[in-house]
Amino acid sequence: MKKNNRLLKDRIAEQLMAIMTISSLLLVVAMAVGLYLKSVPILQEHSLWDLLTEGEWRPMADKFGFFPFLMGTLYVSLLALGIAIPISLLMAIYLTEYAHSVVKRYVFPFLDILAGLPSVIYGVWGMLVIVPWVSDVVAPSLRHDSSGYTVLATGVVLGVTVIPLLVSLFIEIFSNVGREIREAAWSLGATRWQTTKDVILRQTAPGVIAAVVLAASRTLGETIAVIMVCGNLAIVPSSLLDACYPIPALIANNYGEMLSLPLYESALMFAAFILFFVVLGFNLFSRLVLRKMENK
Amino acid sequence: MKRAIVIEKIWKALMYASIALVLFFVVSVIWSVFRRGLPVLSWEMVSSLPGGGFYIGKEGGFLNAIVGSIYIVGGATVLGLLVSIPVVFYLNVYLKPHPKLGVVARLAYDILFGIPSIVYGAFGFTIMIFFGLRTSLLGGIIVVTLLIIPIFIRSMDEVAKTIPQDILEAGYSLGSTRLETITVVVRQIAPAIATATLLGIGRAIGDAAGVMFTAGFSDSIPTSLTQQTASLPLSVFFQLSAPQLEVQDRAYAAAVVLTAIVLILSLSGRFIMNRFSRNKI
Repeated sequence: MKKNNRLLKDRIAEQLMAIMTISSLLLVVAMAVGLYLKSVPILQEHSLWDLLTEGEWRPMADKFGFFPFLMGTLYVSLLALGIAIPISLLMAIYLTEYAHSVVKRYVFPFLDILAGLPSVIYGVWGMLVIVPWVSDVVAPSLRHDSSGYTVLATGVVLGVTVIPLLVSLFIEIFSNVGREIREAAWSLGATRWQTTKDVILRQTAPGVIAAVVLAASRTLGETIAVIMVCGNLAIVPSSLLDACYPIPALIANNYGEMLSLPLYESALMFAAFILFFVVLGFNLFSRLVLRKMENK
Repeated sequence: MKRAIVIEKIWKALMYASIALVLFFVVSVIWSVFRRGLPVLSWEMVSSLPGGGFYIGKEGGFLNAIVGSIYIVGGATVLGLLVSIPVVFYLNVYLKPHPKLGVVARLAYDILFGIPSIVYGAFGFTIMIFFGLRTSLLGGIIVVTLLIIPIFIRSMDEVAKTIPQDILEAGYSLGSTRLETITVVVRQIAPAIATATLLGIGRAIGDAAGVMFTAGFSDSIPTSLTQQTASLPLSVFFQLSAPQLEVQDRAYAAAVVLTAIVLILSLSGRFIMNRFSRNKI
């Protein structure tokens, strides 16, 4: 009897844990369905094409053009990646190909700190350091007048937030390359840099691209840090010194008033749905590529 | 040959420069926050609630935000661990003979980890409206729990994967059921649970976008799960948008408190990892 009891417990636990695992997985599906259902009303009123390409945003007058927000998101993400990729790549190459393990011991805690700092702190830093830098140093040197709350400031702040993610992914990818491959290149007389450029980077190219896509998805969803430095103007930015208004900022700034108008709420949920959809796609792609690299 | 060596030197210099730049960013973030916030931080701010006229610069502090954050993070951490430990156990003990579902599950958790917190917030908000709930402490706890479950599961699973099958089989051969090996498994991954918890708390306490939608904001300390609650990141964010210098001062002071908490968490996480897993760098 006692034994049966124990086996029964084991079975019940198995079922319970299976339910927990599967229901936590269904969260992805639930999110997709939930956000989609909420965006149906706006999609019935306006065509998807119009929503994505119209430039006018006046919810009270039934104008829901997402184009400025999409462009804002695109510009700041590209700029952030343009800043973060070279820095992270060089840093990761140094740490895997050149550095002593002692150096890693001292550098890693710094990366931990950078990775752990909350978004709002990056925003505070942006307001204290980067925004004044843009308005007092960069803009005057280009004979431009700027408040500092610009695409440039947002891109710099976002770029710094994704550096730790990129560095740790790159390090993982480079460390997967066998030592004998490096030694083969060295024995042919290649310098370390030649080995890195012609052997390591060539072999890990898919992984590097996957890591960049993952970092891109991270920049798309960053919210509070972005709101604090982007200027929040619904325009299509035409230069680095223009204000911008990325999608997450749009959602977070207007959640309070959106309930006043059913279509407004639907529009913001549609924005969240786009964000979810793009991030999901990016993540799926890069995780599958990274996994394939790992198993090789 | 000479040329290759010169090129090597140039690239190496660029690598040094990039590392210096990253170190500069770290120092700059922390130094700028502390330099602005530390001089205006006072005991009154961390120990009292907002008084009347708080938002136009009158007396008071942000104790409501500190306690609110502790409630949200505490609740979410406990709930998150209650879900993720069984899931990790299931993935690594019950599912070990059939790894197919494990592969799919791990992919899904990786993806959930990548979903931005604003999407969690928006989703949580629609769910709450669907069930007729208002923004509340409970809503905040639920959304933050969802947010940190993938972090918990991924970092514990990373270590649980390395538990040798032999250990489990030794248990089975002594007559234990799969469930009863849980004590062995938990003991094996104990440092990972600790690190994951610290990581999760760090992420949870810094999250603003998720709680903005679901927990709202309040000047008092919530006394029940259905009341709105403040949180540290939102307290920083809202007060910074005020025009008065006194209010902004408090935002920077709150930022110092938040940064200090997160620094302690991330450094102790690294310490635990170094102390208990020596084969890792």
